[in-house]
Amino acid sequence: MVKVRIPSPLQKLTDNQVLVTGKGGTIKELIDDLERQFPGIKGRICDEDGHIRRFVNIYINEEDIRFLNGEETAIKSGDEISIIPAIAGGETDV
Amino acid sequence: MFDFKEDQIERYSRQIILPQIGGMGQKKISEAKVLIVGAGGLGSPLALYLAAAGVGKIGLVDSDKVELNNLQRQILHTTIDVGKPKVISGQEKIEALNPEVKVVTIKKRLTSENALNILEDYDLVVDGSDNFPTRYLMNDACLFQKKPLFHAGILRFEGQVMTILPHQGPCYRCLFPEPPPPGLIPSCQEAGILGSVAGVIGTIQATEVLKFILGIGDLLVGRLLVFSALEMRFHLVKVPKNPHCSLCGENPTLNELIDYEEFCLLRRQR
Ligand SMILES: [Zn+2]
Repeated sequence: MVKVRIPSPLQKLTDNQVLVTGKGGTIKELIDDLERQFPGIKGRICDEDGHIRRFVNIYINEEDIRFLNGEETAIKSGDEISIIPAIAGGETDV
Repeated sequence: MFDFKEDQIERYSRQIILPQIGGMGQKKISEAKVLIVGAGGLGSPLALYLAAAGVGKIGLVDSDKVELNNLQRQILHTTIDVGKPKVISGQEKIEALNPEVKVVTIKKRLTSENALNILEDYDLVVDGSDNFPTRYLMNDACLFQKKPLFHAGILRFEGQVMTILPHQGPCYRCLFPEPPPPGLIPSCQEAGILGSVAGVIGTIQATEVLKFILGIGDLLVGRLLVFSALEMRFHLVKVPKNPHCSLCGENPTLNELIDYEEFCLLRRQR
């Protein structure tokens, strides 16, 4: 089990929970597990081809998985996963 | 020794007394030229703290007028300013706080046409913008002109801060290669922001700016600071310089400024 931090824009899908738990051996499996728990979340994180969107980053503890093994990066129990999207505003222009 | 007037020494005494600042540091602050893009939620604490610290010249870029729904977070403006251009309202507040600051008002939206020209007169740029096109434009323009950029973003109860020193550290595109397409980001109605979160984040930006001017401490270069007010938690993640960055990577493909409209066109063509 790993802890996953859900950013504001996706919290509607997690019933406003900031911190959720998930399982899987890799980031890819974790995202599938999150999708089972919170239907719709995968489509926000990944594009149609299942790749993580270019304005969303996923960190294992403080490391960006793009500089590790991408979606295939292994995770282990106790890791803290953060989903961090680009954010702008909260103002009318967004 | 530094040619300060007596009232200047009095005004800045509580920071001049800091060994990391002193008269030499105050002189650096008074000579600094800072461009603040956006006189809103982030721009408000930025403008106030930088003016209070005695930054020599502050440029304010904003094309909007003050609206009543701005006042919940944009503490640079007050109720009687509603309807007034934000840059004018901002200038009045800065001059009231510290008449020594030279304020330049630029009542425009930053575009690919005017960005390089506007940036030219400043040592560094602070991102107080509320939208992705302006943010990417600023990132690219600062990289081309090798100007430090102090980035931040806020949404609801969260904020992100990063300091960009072109070529020395990662840029915003190293972190997020592309802006989100319009449909995938929260809509006007969906979004919102707790005013004090803008204050926290803008104040951190101002602190980074002053540290840079003074040449002290460790900047948020190569590190993204993520703030969650609900958890009351600050979290640092690593941001490596991306060798594949389209702007500052080994084989850059971007060599001119792009506007939002063109972003959309490019996206539709794919
Ligand atoms: Zn870059």
